[in-house]
Parts: sequence; structure tokens; C-alpha cells
Amino acid sequence: MDFVIISFLCLAILLYFLLGGADFGAGIIELFTSSKNRSKTRSTMYHAIGPVWEANHMWLIITIVILFVAFPKIYTTMSVYLHIPLAIMLVGVIARGTAFVFRHYDAVKDQMQEVYNKIFIYSSFITPLFLGIIAGSVISGQIDNQANDFLSAYVFGWFNWFSIAVGLFTVALCGFLAAIYLIGESKVEADKKRFIKKAEFMNVAAVLIGMLVFVAAQVDGVPLTSWVFKDAIGLSAVCLASLSLILLWYLLLKGKTKVLRILAGFQVTMILVTISYAHFPNFIRFKNGTTISLYESIAPVKTVESLGWALLLGSLLILPFLGYLFYKFQQKEE
Amino acid sequence: MDDFLAARSQMALSLGFHIIYACIGMVMPFFMAVSHYKWLKTNNEVYKHITKAWSKGVAIFFATGAVSGTMLSFELGLLWPKFMEHAGPIFGLPFSLEGTAFFIEAIALGFFLYGWNKLNKWFHWFTGVIVGASGLASGILVVAANAWMNSPAGFDVINGAYVNIDPIAAMFNKAWFTQALHMCLAAFTATGFAVAGVHALMILKNQYLDFHYKAFKIAAMFAVICALLQPVSGDISAKDVAKRQPAKLAAMEAHYHTQKAAPLLIGGIVNEKKKEVNMGIEIPGALSFLAHGDFKSEVKGLDQIPVNEHPPVAITHYAFQIMVGIGSLLVLLSMVYLVMLLKKKELIAYKWLLKLFVWAIPLGYIALEAGWVVTEVGRQPWIIYGIMRTKDAVTPMPGIAWSFYLFSAIYASLSVIVIFLLYRQIKMVPMLYNGNMINPVKEN
Ligand code: HDD
Ligand code: HEM
Ligand code: HEM
Repeated sequence: MDFVIISFLCLAILLYFLLGGADFGAGIIELFTSSKNRSKTRSTMYHAIGPVWEANHMWLIITIVILFVAFPKIYTTMSVYLHIPLAIMLVGVIARGTAFVFRHYDAVKDQMQEVYNKIFIYSSFITPLFLGIIAGSVISGQIDNQANDFLSAYVFGWFNWFSIAVGLFTVALCGFLAAIYLIGESKVEADKKRFIKKAEFMNVAAVLIGMLVFVAAQVDGVPLTSWVFKDAIGLSAVCLASLSLILLWYLLLKGKTKVLRILAGFQVTMILVTISYAHFPNFIRFKNGTTISLYESIAPVKTVESLGWALLLGSLLILPFLGYLFYKFQQKEE
Repeated sequence: MDDFLAARSQMALSLGFHIIYACIGMVMPFFMAVSHYKWLKTNNEVYKHITKAWSKGVAIFFATGAVSGTMLSFELGLLWPKFMEHAGPIFGLPFSLEGTAFFIEAIALGFFLYGWNKLNKWFHWFTGVIVGASGLASGILVVAANAWMNSPAGFDVINGAYVNIDPIAAMFNKAWFTQALHMCLAAFTATGFAVAGVHALMILKNQYLDFHYKAFKIAAMFAVICALLQPVSGDISAKDVAKRQPAKLAAMEAHYHTQKAAPLLIGGIVNEKKKEVNMGIEIPGALSFLAHGDFKSEVKGLDQIPVNEHPPVAITHYAFQIMVGIGSLLVLLSMVYLVMLLKKKELIAYKWLLKLFVWAIPLGYIALEAGWVVTEVGRQPWIIYGIMRTKDAVTPMPGIAWSFYLFSAIYASLSVIVIFLLYRQIKMVPMLYNGNMINPVKEN
């Protein structure tokens, strides 16, 4: 059952990143869209994510629940040392979710729309930024669990070059995912062109910031290069991601949307695999070199079993419906 | 403000906020389903408009309910890490099941909101019912988790370690059923009266009578039935508390001295320092009867409980008075309404009754919040009753007060926006009624 739970945890994180990421990305793209095109972007986006955005959001909750039920030590360590970025991310989640709904369900469409838009756009940026910061801090060994002053215990663990670079990288990846996704959703040729441009832009940004991450890792003394290049799986994942980049650009120029989506998803998955595989099963690394590993911190066996069954039976119930939902709303578009 | 107090206040604020949205999110789908059913059966377009108007409300509240719930699942760790470290594996099962229930709810809501004219009409109706059923299941599950804090089960503490963990026994603890029953009824009562009240207001303004009259009737029917059942379920809860948590019961009643044939105290001003109550009304023997079903029995007072295990008496007592007071008022209102209904006259003829319903808009929610204050504050100083103290669970991070201010500001602004949105929604009813239904998904 340990295996089932860890797989679900990885799956939930991955899906939140891919689906939720595309969802955040839609707002990020809006941020980088000139104001005269914004309303068009917005309506394509609403069509694309409206019916499913609530379901995307669920992956975050699943992740959290798995963490606090099965890995309480990890959940509470993160909650204590990353309190500040978690709280900021939460503010982002609240602002985004509510603004999104408000702007579509406000019965009167007037200047208030502008307010909702602003909130939506900025929180779409902040949330993945801090998600990335949190992810970066957890693995990078910057958290100091022996610190006795406020700044080193609660601030420098996440406020460092590496974590922030990972945060920006996350933002770029989200934007990229969304652009790719939206290419396939737009019906007008001009829109399609715009999203292709955006995808190119975001892709370049992601590659550049990706390099920045390596630089930041050097500065902060995070052994990122050795994680990525010393290990066969990590290395091959990186190679696959880079190779598929060429293919991706080719497809982008050709405008093949379906394959593009799969490929973009594949790339992001590979990136996640690379960084997480290198130190699996350790989840949190502290400054003094100690770690919290998934295997060692897992909850007692009865808890793991009941959680495992809940997850398995839950997915049995959920997946067919979710599939049907996607199918139904894809179908009616055509 | 000290950090411990700030953490408690932030928790209370977040929960107090979430619970309102959660209740609306879990109850409104049932109202919708009834009106939707009537539409399918009678083909009367008005019912369709009602369903659509309500469904927009549900979408707004669903989203706020979901984000405030997400907040909570983080806050449990952000504010109470020591608690979660031990409790997570024990009481986590209902939360994981709630995840499933909520997922189903989200999917069903997707079908419902976007499925008009696209799905088979009965399948479409059924997705609405699923939204309600899974919402209700979420509510019951979370309350089971809270009940575990009141009545811990499914583990042993040996030398400070939590062992022999059994999540299923923890979920089906002694308090889950009474609490879940009372909570579900409360959700229907509070939301029912609030919705009925809003439509009553519109009837009084003489607007679109047909629409508001039909809507009023649906909501009022739910409200009235549940309000009448509420005291029955409350009595079961009180007996349960008397057995399980004598300190809480004593605080609810500001019952300082252990006594046979204990009187029921109504109102009164509590003096916590002197441990006495002034100016209350006492009904002889009634407390013994309510707590143990026998006018003569002995009811434990706070004098039998170590002082460092006393909950805050005044808050618990006042909150209990407010809940029971409002509960009784709502019972009266319900009976009056039922009598009027039997006379079979148009409601508009009873302006005063409609006005009473308008006054009752916030009452259910006030009672609901008060009830939670009774349960949560009455459990103090324990976070896990008898096992772990709240102050030992709080986060070591200083400066929680700032986080409390920040989140208070956010919640305050969210509330303002939601009220503003609902106000605009109601103002749009004339357009709905004239058949120029604006599409919820505005395509520009
Ligand atoms: C519309 C709301 C509402 C109304 C009218 C009432 N209650 Fe209530 N009450 C709640 C809403 C509520 C609640 C918010 O839902 C609580 C908090 C925890 C729970 O399970 O339900 C609650 C808790 C609660 C408890 C504590 C349970 C515990 O700690 O385990 C008792 C003893 C009562 N109630 C008793 C009553 C009585 C005797 C009422 C008579 C009229 C009454 N309630 C009306
Ligand atoms: C499953 C449900 C719930 C859980 C797991 C839960 C958990 C907690 C926790 C961990 C605390 C902090 C410790 C404490 O001060 O008691 C708390 C406090 C509190 N909660 Fe709950 N709670 C739940 C339901 C609710 C609800 C629905 C309300 C509604 C208003 C509520 C109101 C409060 C209040 C008022 C406090 C502060 C108590 C004080 O200041 O003394 N709780 N709860
Ligand atoms: C007794 C109090 C509570 C009740 C009755 C309740 C009920 C509900 C309901 C009905 C929903 C669905 C939202 C909707 O339909 O609008 C919901 C959502 C949610 N609630 Fe609560 N809730 C309570 C307390 C809590 C607590 C203490 C937590 C924190 C751990 C929590 C976490 C969540 C989460 C994460 C969601 C969003 C999605 C999900 O269910 O996973 N709730 N709640």
C-alpha cells in the first residue's frame, strides 16, 4: 500500500502541475497580452477551462490530504518552516478562484469586471511563483531546522536565489502549457497565431530561466548539476526533454495541436521526473544534511491501508465521470 | 495580540467563514433539484427560471466554499502543526473520503451548470441531485473529523507516542452521529430561512410574485421541517455531551456547583471570577432532565473539574443561549407558517408573516455560528479532548498576529463582494422573468 500512496501523491502533484499549471498559465498569458487582445484571449480561455477548472483545483487538495494523513511529518515541517510562502500562495489561490467565478457570475457586466480581471491576472502569477518557491525550498536543503532566529528559520529557507529561480521557472512553464493548450482551443486563425506566438515566447522564457536556475543553484550551493547529470534516469529525462524541444518547435511551426499538447505535457513531466528522481525517496532536505524520506515518515500501517483503499475506490468512482465530462465538452465543441 | 490568541482567532474566523459557504453549497442544490423536478413535471417555465437563478448562486458559493476549504486544509498545519503531526494519521480518513465526495460534486456541478439543453433532461436533473448528495456527504465526513476531537477514539497514547491507530474506529467515534445529524439539520434550517427570507422580501416589494412565491415555498418547506426537528436533535446532542464532556455541559449552562435536581438556567450574566451567575431565570430540575432524562439526577458542575481544565464559561454559556433562543424562535415561526398554510390563503395576505421571514434571514446562521462556538470553545483547553492541549499544538512561528490581520482583511472583503454579487443577482431577476435569460456563460 505504501507504493499505492506514493504513486497517488506523485500523480496528484504531476496532474496539479499539468492541469492546474495550464490553468494558472491562462492568467499569465493574459498578463502578457496587450490589452486590445485581452477580451478575446479571455473568452477562448473561459471556454477551455470553464467546465473543468474546479476539478483541476482538486489535485492540490488531494496532495495536501495525502500529505497530512500519510506523511504528517512532511506536512507539518513544511507548514512550520515554509509558513510564509504557503500563506502567500493561499492568498493567491483564494483571490484567483473567487475572481474567476465572480467575473463570470456577476449578473451585471460593468467596471467591476476590470477589478476581477486584475485580481485574476496577478494572482495567476503569484500562485505558481510561490508554488515553485515552495518546491524549490523543499528539495534544495536551504531549510534550517536548527536556526534560532526568525530570519534564518522562517525566511531564508525560501527567500534565496535558487527557490526564487525555481518559482520563476514554474511561472514560465505554466504559461507555456497554457499557450499550447489554448492553441487547440481557438477557433479563429488569428487567435491561433497569437497563441502560437505566445507559446514560442513562453518556451524561450522557460529555457532561459531554466538556465538561470542552474546559475542560482551554483550561487546557493545546491548540487543541482550532479543531481541531473550523475544519474542515468535523470540524464535521460533531461535528454528526452531537450530532444523533444526540437520536435516541439517543428510542430509549433506546423500548428499540429493534438501532438503538441502531448509533447508539452511530456516535457514538463520529464522535468519533474528529473528533479524529483535524483533524491527520491527523500522529500525534504535540511541545511544540515538530514532528510525526511517518504518511506521512513509514512504513517502507521492501518492508516496507510485505509487511505490507500479510499484513494483506489475513489478513483474508481471518479475517473469514469471525469473522463465523460472531458469527452462531453470536447464533443460539443465540434 | 499574542500569537496563541491570534492563531485561535484565525482558525475560528476561517471556519466561521467556510461553514456558511459550505452550508449553502450543500443545501442549495437540493432546493434546485426540487424546483428543477417541478419544472420537468409541470413544464412551468417559472420553475426553470428559479432553478437557473439558484444555480448561479450555487456556483458562486461553491467556489468560495472550495477555496475557503482549501485554506483550511493548509491552516490546520500552518497553525496547529503539533496537532496535525499526531492527529493527521488518525482522523485523516474522513478528510480523504471527503476529497472523493467533493471531487464527485465538482464533476457533477460541471455537468449541471454547462449541461442545459445538452444532456438528457433527467440525467441533467440527476447530476443536480448528485451535487447535493455529495455535498452533504462532505459535510457529514468533516463533522465526523471534528467529532473525533471531542470524543477521541481509535488510538492509544503510550509514553507520549500515539499507537494502535485505527482510522475507522476514529471516524465512527461516539460523537459523530449526533453531531452530523444536528449539523445537517442546521445547514438546512439556516439556508432555508435565509433563502425564504430573501424571496419574502421580494414578495413584499410586490415584484414578480409568481417567481418569488414559488421559490419561497420551496425554501420555506425545507426550513420549517428542519427547524422543527432541530430541538429534538439538539436534545440528543445535549445528553451526549453530558455523558462525554461534562465540563462542556457545565460551561454551556454556567453550572458551577454539582447538584441533584439541577435547574436549567436561562440567560443570566456570568461572573467568571466569582464563579456565579446573576439575574438568570432558573427552571427547577430541568437541567437534570435534559442532561440525563430524570428530574432528580445529579449534574456535574465545574467544581468537580480541575480549574486548569475549565473552558471559557461566559462565551460558551452566551453562545448556547443564543443558539437555543434562536432555535426556539424559529420553531415558533415554523408553526405559525404551517398554520397559515393550512388556511390555504395566498401568502401575500399575511404581510406580517412575510416580514417575520425577512427578519429571520440571518438568524439561522447566527445560531449555527453560536453552536460551533459552543462546541469548539466548550472543548477548550483541549484540542483533542483529554489528550492534547490547544496551547501545546500551536505553531512555534512568531508573528501569527500579522497573518490573522491579513486573513481577516481578505475574508472581510470577500464577504462584501459576495453580498454585492447576490444583490446584483437579485436585481437581475426581472430580466430572467421576462425571458431574456442572460446566459451564465457570457460569450463576448
Ligand atoms: C440553525 C442552527 C442551530 C439551531 C437552531 C440549534 N443548533 Fe445546536 N448546534 C448547531 C446549530 C444549531 C451547530 C452549529 O450545527 C452545532 C455545532 C456542532 C454541531 O454538531 O452542531 C450545534 C451544537 C449543539 C450542541 C453541542 C454538541 C457538541 O458539542 O457535541 C448542543 C448540546 C446543541 N447544539 C443543542 C441545541 C438545542 C437544544 C437546540 C434547541 C433549539 C439547538 N441546538 C438549536
Ligand atoms: C471538522 C471540523 C473542525 C475542525 C477539524 C476544527 C478544528 C479546530 C482547531 C484545530 C482549532 C484550534 C484549537 C482551538 O482553539 O480549539 C479550532 C478552534 C476553533 N474552531 Fe474548530 N474545527 C472544526 C469545526 C469548526 C467549525 C465548523 C467552526 C465554526 C464556526 C469552528 C469554530 C472554532 C472556534 C470558534 C475555535 C476557537 C476556539 C477558541 O478560541 O477557544 N470549528 N477548531
Ligand atoms: C464542520 C464543518 C464543515 C463543514 C460542514 C464542511 C462542509 C463542506 C462542504 C459541504 C464543502 C463543499 C463545498 C461546497 O459545496 O460549496 C466543503 C469544502 C471543503 N472543505 Fe469543508 N466543511 C467543514 C469544515 C472543514 C474543515 C475543518 C476543513 C479543513 C480541513 C475543510 C476542508 C474543506 C475543503 C478542503 C473543501 C474543498 C474541497 C474538498 O472538499 O476537498 N472543511 N466543506
